[in-house]
Amino acid sequence: MTNLIAYIPALPLAGFLLLFFTGRRMSKSMIAFVGAGSVCIAALLTIVIGITFLQSGSSANTQTLWQWMRVGNFSCDISLRLDALSLVFVFIISFVGALIHIYSIAFMRQDEDYARFFASMNLFVFSMLVLVLADNLVLLYLGWEGVGLCSYLLIGFWYKVPANCAAANKAFFITRIGDTAMAIGLFMLFKTLGTLNIADIQQQAATIPNVTTIALLLLMGGMGKSAQVPLQTWLPDAMAGPSPVSALIHAATMVTAGVYLVARMNVLFLLSPAAMNVVAVVGAITLFVAGCSALVQTDIKRILAYSTISQVGYMFLALGCGAWSAAIFHFFTHAFFKALLFLAAGVVIESLHHEHNIFKMGGLKNKMPLLYYTFLAGASALAALPFISAGFYSKDAILWYSWSAGNGNVMLWAVALTGAFITALYSARLVIVVFWGDMKTPIAQQPGKLMTMPLVTLAILSIIAGFVQWPHNLLHVTLFADLVEKVLPATVLKQGIPPELLLQLIAAVVTLGGAYTGYLLYYKSPHIIEQWKTAEPNLNLREFFVKGWRFDELYQTLFVKPFLFITRSNKADVFDKIHQWLVTACSRLNGWLSLSQNGSLRWYIGSMLVGIIFILALQFFL
Amino acid sequence: MPSFQTQPVLIVAAILFALGLTGVLVRRNIIFMLISVEIMLNAAGLAFVAAGARWGQPDGQVMFLFILAMAASEISVALALVMQAYHQHKTLDVEELNALKDGTEPGFG
Amino acid sequence: MSLLFYISSVVAIVATLLVITCHRPIHALLYLVVSFLAVSMIFLSLGAPFVAVLEVILYAGAIIVLLIFVVMMLNLGQEAALQEKQWLQPKVWVGPSILVAVLLLEMSILLLRGESAAIQPAVDMKRISLVLFKEYVIAVELVGFLLMAGIVGAAHIGKHKKKHPHRFLQNGKENGHADNNENNKEVKPGELLKEEMIHN
Repeated sequence: MTNLIAYIPALPLAGFLLLFFTGRRMSKSMIAFVGAGSVCIAALLTIVIGITFLQSGSSANTQTLWQWMRVGNFSCDISLRLDALSLVFVFIISFVGALIHIYSIAFMRQDEDYARFFASMNLFVFSMLVLVLADNLVLLYLGWEGVGLCSYLLIGFWYKVPANCAAANKAFFITRIGDTAMAIGLFMLFKTLGTLNIADIQQQAATIPNVTTIALLLLMGGMGKSAQVPLQTWLPDAMAGPSPVSALIHAATMVTAGVYLVARMNVLFLLSPAAMNVVAVVGAITLFVAGCSALVQTDIKRILAYSTISQVGYMFLALGCGAWSAAIFHFFTHAFFKALLFLAAGVVIESLHHEHNIFKMGGLKNKMPLLYYTFLAGASALAALPFISAGFYSKDAILWYSWSAGNGNVMLWAVALTGAFITALYSARLVIVVFWGDMKTPIAQQPGKLMTMPLVTLAILSIIAGFVQWPHNLLHVTLFADLVEKVLPATVLKQGIPPELLLQLIAAVVTLGGAYTGYLLYYKSPHIIEQWKTAEPNLNLREFFVKGWRFDELYQTLFVKPFLFITRSNKADVFDKIHQWLVTACSRLNGWLSLSQNGSLRWYIGSMLVGIIFILALQFFL
Repeated sequence: MPSFQTQPVLIVAAILFALGLTGVLVRRNIIFMLISVEIMLNAAGLAFVAAGARWGQPDGQVMFLFILAMAASEISVALALVMQAYHQHKTLDVEELNALKDGTEPGFG
Repeated sequence: MSLLFYISSVVAIVATLLVITCHRPIHALLYLVVSFLAVSMIFLSLGAPFVAVLEVILYAGAIIVLLIFVVMMLNLGQEAALQEKQWLQPKVWVGPSILVAVLLLEMSILLLRGESAAIQPAVDMKRISLVLFKEYVIAVELVGFLLMAGIVGAAHIGKHKKKHPHRFLQNGKENGHADNNENNKEVKPGELLKEEMIHN
């Protein structure tokens, strides 16, 4: 079965190449068949390989395809490695990816660039699979940049609108900051160890002297890709892309690449407590900052974008606390419910004549019941309603470990708990404002079967996916942790923590309280929120949150304006003068040399004679 | 049989070569320049033969044969060119046939 | 033998000097024949009779005949000699001659600095032929190509197919004339104004 691993990324790659070169000449149904078919087969293959892998009980399967490059002592292979961690990621990427591709067949049907869309999506799936299957960090970096490229291409998919291009550029530039840091980290790692093979790094990690710096640089890369503070500003704008893109790239898979990187490099982070603390604090800050912004947004996709940042923040918090499996578990459940929410949001937007503002929606509950119930399943998973949603099991684990795990403390727990309250509040707000109340915009169309099928599948998964891992004190089912902890270190618990049941009760109460507050504020007595909104200091606070804590303006002042100042002051282009001088010197020299080519044969012979005299004269001195 | 050294022969070759070179340099008539080139080639052949005789090897004379053939084909092509140039420009002055230079339009001065 | 060499050398040098200083082309060619014959004598004294014979036949025979043909066809007579006389002013030949003298000095020093070995007994014809058609057979073939190309090239170039200059030159001249005509015709600014006013 080992040999089949390579086919998982190869199928989307083949789909991409086919669509890229011949897509223009294909019919739309052919494009859909190739684009979605390749990913669907990859998903089926993943399931087969996954089952075989689990039955075999081995810890990792490596498949070396060929040698990529070889320079001196350094050699780098195109080599894929499947272990429990990558299996989880590959499963999510291919399976959720396949569902989203199926959804896109119907969703993008009207678009004229059908082939380009599917080609980019296939390329994305390929790059992401390379990223998580890579055996060494160079190949991982290839996939890392590949997903960045596809993200850029797909955010700017409707490139005729300048704002979309600006959003694509922003995403590309900001992730590039992180990527550069990561590249530096890789260079340092290579300089220290002389290898970038992941297995070798894990073995020799203890010998690295400057492990904190390297870990922080890698973290920086992860922060850029996963939209963590302070590099989070690109993700809300990235919603300019089509909804399936937001679902696949900017919710389910790519933004969790940072989580994968940190989990994959867990040995480095374990060696450096400082780096671990930074990871946890970054995660905590992010989940709070993004949660506050999500509370006040009015664009349905921006709400979901901020909630994605916030949920990825939870994952970072868990990683930083040392709760490795909990972080990956949250990634696992989050992929289902966030993809579901984005796809459902896409349906809502499509049905309401491309309306993005949630306050112009409403009353969809009765008109589109199927959509309502699937959205409700996703939103309850996002809010982590106890027992009935997958989100509960993963988020509860993170909340518990944020205090009890080796690196956790009560402050992190408090922030996470606040975040849980905020999450429940905005989830409730979203459901109530969009689906309840009066209808404000007429419905244009109902989603077809191709669109509802992925929604229903994801909705079911959003409810049941959590059952593979229960809290210890309730039921002893730890399938997920057992699987992942073959690769990741087990979570170490501290002593002297309040009983788990108590914390769970608090978390449940806070979540339900958040949801009830949302019900109260947006349904029962909306005048409270109206009054609150109009008060003077709150207005500013609201503005502050809507603008995403004014990070964009901060960067504008800190980086863009000084840079513009420098460029303006150098308008005359001092450096160009140097080049100008070079050009002048060359043409002057050409002029002088041209004089020697004067057409006179005797002059040429004379010059030759002088040359011969000179060369013979050299004989006297040599 | 021979009772002399190589040096005088090579010196004579050098003198002939220098005379030919002088001819090429000072004459403006293209026919005289060709004649001078023949003198230079002849001098080079003389040096080859002398060197071959110095070592008792046939290679020097073989080289002279090649030089001879080269001189023959050179002079035939060159003379054909001279004929054409004379017919087109009515001059044999090499200073007037100077259109092949940098930065000029096609055409002869 | 040595005496033969020195006499021949002096003859060759003097004859060559006369070749390059002579005004009349036909006289120069006759001196050139003398020079070639003298060099042929030197070859003979070096023990290379085959080369000496070739020198007489090819240089003094074929090449000189070619040159004489051309000189006669171009009818270079009295006026050509006068022109040569006019061209051969001291200011023309002094500079190059000094340069060549320097070169000759250098070559002589280098030649005299090296060891001077006795000349070996003569090489017989048979060895030359063997070497020519064994080791140098490819070179002989190439020389054959060269001669062939020379003949074809000379035949092609020498053809009197066009009496007129090349079309580039022709067009250039014609265009030049046309331009000149236009320039002559070009109206003065005042007239242009008048014309415009009429049209308006």
